[in-house]
Amino acid sequence: MTQPNTPNSDQIFSSEEITSEPDVKWQDTFHLFCANRAALLGLTFVCLFILVGIFGPIVIPADPFEMVAMPLMSPNGQTLFGSDYLGRDVFVGIIHGARPTMIIAVTATLVTVLIGITIGAIAGYYGGMVDNVLMRITEFFQVLPPLVFAMVIVAVFSSHIVVVILAIAITTWPTEARLTRAEFLKIKENEYVTASRAIGDRNFRIITKIILPNAMPPLMIAITLRVGITVIYEAALSFLGLTDPDVITWGKMIGQSRDFFFEAWWTVTFPGVAILLVVLCIALIGDGLNDAFNPKLRGR
Amino acid sequence: MKQAIIQRIFLGIVMITAVIILNFFLLHAAPGDVVDAMLAEGGGGDPELAARLRASYGLDEATHIQLIKYLGQVFRGDLGYSFYYDQSVTDLLLGHLPTTLMLTISALILAVVIGTLFGVYAALKPKGIFSNFVTVLSLFGYATPVFWLGMIILLVFALYLPLFPAFGIRSLPEPEHAVGRILDIIHHLVLPTFTLAILYLASYSRISRASMLDVLGSDYIRTARAKGLSETKVIFKHALKNAAMPVVTLAGLQLAQVFSGAILVETVFSLPGVGPLLYESIVRRDFPVILGVLFGAASTTIIANIITDLIYKYMDPRIQSIT
Amino acid sequence: MDDSLEIKEDAVLQVMNLSVDFDVKGNNVSILSKVNFGLGLGETLGIVGESGCGKSMTALALLRMVPSPPGKISEGEVLLNNVDLMTLSKKEIKNIRGKELSMIFQEPMTSLNPVFTVGNQLVETILEHKDLSRVDALKEAIELLRLVQIPAPEQRIKEYPHQLSGGMRQRIMIAMALVCQPKVLIADEPTTALDVTVQAQIFDLLKEIQAKTKMSIILITHDFGAISEMADRVIVMYAGYKVEEGTLDEIRNSPLHPYTQGLLRSMLVIKPDSSGFKKPLPEIPGSVPDLLNRQPGCPFGPRCSQATIKCRSMPPNFNLGFKRSVKCWLADNGRVE
Repeated sequence: MTQPNTPNSDQIFSSEEITSEPDVKWQDTFHLFCANRAALLGLTFVCLFILVGIFGPIVIPADPFEMVAMPLMSPNGQTLFGSDYLGRDVFVGIIHGARPTMIIAVTATLVTVLIGITIGAIAGYYGGMVDNVLMRITEFFQVLPPLVFAMVIVAVFSSHIVVVILAIAITTWPTEARLTRAEFLKIKENEYVTASRAIGDRNFRIITKIILPNAMPPLMIAITLRVGITVIYEAALSFLGLTDPDVITWGKMIGQSRDFFFEAWWTVTFPGVAILLVVLCIALIGDGLNDAFNPKLRGR
Repeated sequence: MKQAIIQRIFLGIVMITAVIILNFFLLHAAPGDVVDAMLAEGGGGDPELAARLRASYGLDEATHIQLIKYLGQVFRGDLGYSFYYDQSVTDLLLGHLPTTLMLTISALILAVVIGTLFGVYAALKPKGIFSNFVTVLSLFGYATPVFWLGMIILLVFALYLPLFPAFGIRSLPEPEHAVGRILDIIHHLVLPTFTLAILYLASYSRISRASMLDVLGSDYIRTARAKGLSETKVIFKHALKNAAMPVVTLAGLQLAQVFSGAILVETVFSLPGVGPLLYESIVRRDFPVILGVLFGAASTTIIANIITDLIYKYMDPRIQSIT
Repeated sequence: MDDSLEIKEDAVLQVMNLSVDFDVKGNNVSILSKVNFGLGLGETLGIVGESGCGKSMTALALLRMVPSPPGKISEGEVLLNNVDLMTLSKKEIKNIRGKELSMIFQEPMTSLNPVFTVGNQLVETILEHKDLSRVDALKEAIELLRLVQIPAPEQRIKEYPHQLSGGMRQRIMIAMALVCQPKVLIADEPTTALDVTVQAQIFDLLKEIQAKTKMSIILITHDFGAISEMADRVIVMYAGYKVEEGTLDEIRNSPLHPYTQGLLRSMLVIKPDSSGFKKPLPEIPGSVPDLLNRQPGCPFGPRCSQATIKCRSMPPNFNLGFKRSVKCWLADNGRVE
């Protein structure tokens, strides 16, 4: 009774069609994001921060380590945010601290995400034994308290900036790995993935060209938020004095003023506010992305 | 159920073994060994003595034999010796871990309880002021460095409004009565606990609001209302338990992070926990202690994870039958 | 089916002008428009219509459980034994729910709370409405499970919903609804999610219980088969209006509203004809109107094959006899309900 009109899968799907079928509506997302005032504010401020990071030390070439005033001077005309216990200008420190903060946060995030996505994608895509082993490894890294582990790594190896970046990445990738794996598990059930397997696409191509683009929305939100977490993480390590002593960062400024902040609130308050503002704005971007990708869940 | 617990404990032991192996290799990668540390405390020594000492510690043996010996040592409770503190690492840890654990656990419980209640309350009026407050709170909770928050809280509540002690865990001199001593410790722990709890509370309140909104739209809540249950019962019995589950899961997953936060908070409030111990040991390059802390922290998290799993299994009967 | 004629005059439940509005982005959308009906003692009333026609909303409105915001009951009276439920305080209506007016839902899979045992959920309902000790409540819960023919109730009571089949769960929902021997049971698509054989069992159970307790049932469904199985009288709903009312025989054998006719045509079992091929089911052309942009006139007009110029104005409910009415100009006899 049924007509013999069942075409083989090659006829139904050409490879091109398959990749275009799964649609993340980037344009809609872009418009929704642009309509979100808080997110735009966050984005503007983050851009401003990047500009300060790039041009700040050029515009204000003063040496942040130089003693320019009496120790522990409260904010005044000469030192805008006051001076610390060695008479160093807090404001200059904040301007000069932006660049290393930015560099470490972005590179460490990239390394974290690279490790996380690779492991998560492989685990989620192949499943079975591979997944099992990788997930046990991920769990193992999750039970090591990140800061403690990072402190140990820095103590054992060195406080060189590369070690610090790797320490941050090694201790934080499991979150991204789990997220990627969950997305991959979900997406690989879709017909367009089955179809591209049927037409003999190679695994690497399916992972990178077909599944990954569709897993991007949640990953982009996670990556955005990860940048903020990394800023705080780096600040914590600097606060404890575990990063390169020759580089000034906001966390280090707070850490070095630890014994004096009862006499001089400005020495810790202003660098902290700088961290808070930057991370807050990153959070606003993350929230904006979240709303733009999932308009139905707005405000959750 | 029983099988699941045994399986979970077995996995925990495997994890702890893995931590020990990691520790072993980190210890090997570290500059200098026990003998160097010993000689450094003694003011240096000749190479011949060093070689003899190394042989007596088995440091000249093949790596895998050393590893097996090390595993045996740690499982017997021997984490090495700190020449700086002149104490065994195990004793040092046992002296410092309780403070950190007390801080971590009380902050986590506080965060879960208050966070869930905030979320539930916000979900009842998803467009109300309180719900917006939860959104803002969660943003700040995400963006505030915990050590900085601790300092600001110290400035406000210990310096400008001297309501709480600024440093340490005990007053000097200590109150004579036992109850007084306990109250004194609690008094010292209020600010650190809140500092640590606020940040997690903020994110938990947002999560519990989201899950509460989901739960409130579910069929079983409609059933509960249709049965004539009071609104209090509908929310605090039927909805709460379901809505709290994502929070408990997350709290379990974040335990290691909260532990990390506790270390920073201890440093700020000068509490005698593992935070200052770790910091001091890093400055002194006292590697047995440094790695001992890593081992202690990881083992605590592993054990706590098992406990969270069990709580979760108890809360959600569906899990029991799966595993 | 002749016992439908013996329906008593005095109604247990009397619904008058029940209307529900929803606030959709600032627009007032009428979900339910002036619905009237009565329900006699021991009678089963079927409410039938497509999804979105307002039948489930009717059920929720009776219990005053319309989700608010965005919804609200804008008008109407619901008299249960001559008490208007719409004027009761929150506490009073809460005491009516599950006691005199019970409800069971479409999704037995999700209608029970997954994290409490069956016993817990039954006992809490009993304790809410009856002054009993926990032990007695538990005994009563077991009795109820026995009443709904669940085997080994002492065992089942300790189990969680996920350990039970869909049919079992719906039995438990029924047991929960029967705690106080309610006067009216509202069953919203009680068998839609279940297998056909289980459906039949649930209907048999409901009929059995009804015979014992003289309970009245409102059966809400899109399935005319279920209506034929259970109902004494039928209300057909469309786009928030009651469009036809009559006994099961009247609706089944002489439907007057074109919509009812279409509904019946599209569900009747088509027997294979001599050639062995099945004819395709006739469907009603068009789709349910968009409640946000209502056009004036008969709501079914745009889909109606018999529509005339007259249908551009809203037809009233024409009364054609005792509890027999139709909202269509074709039946214009001058007597308006």
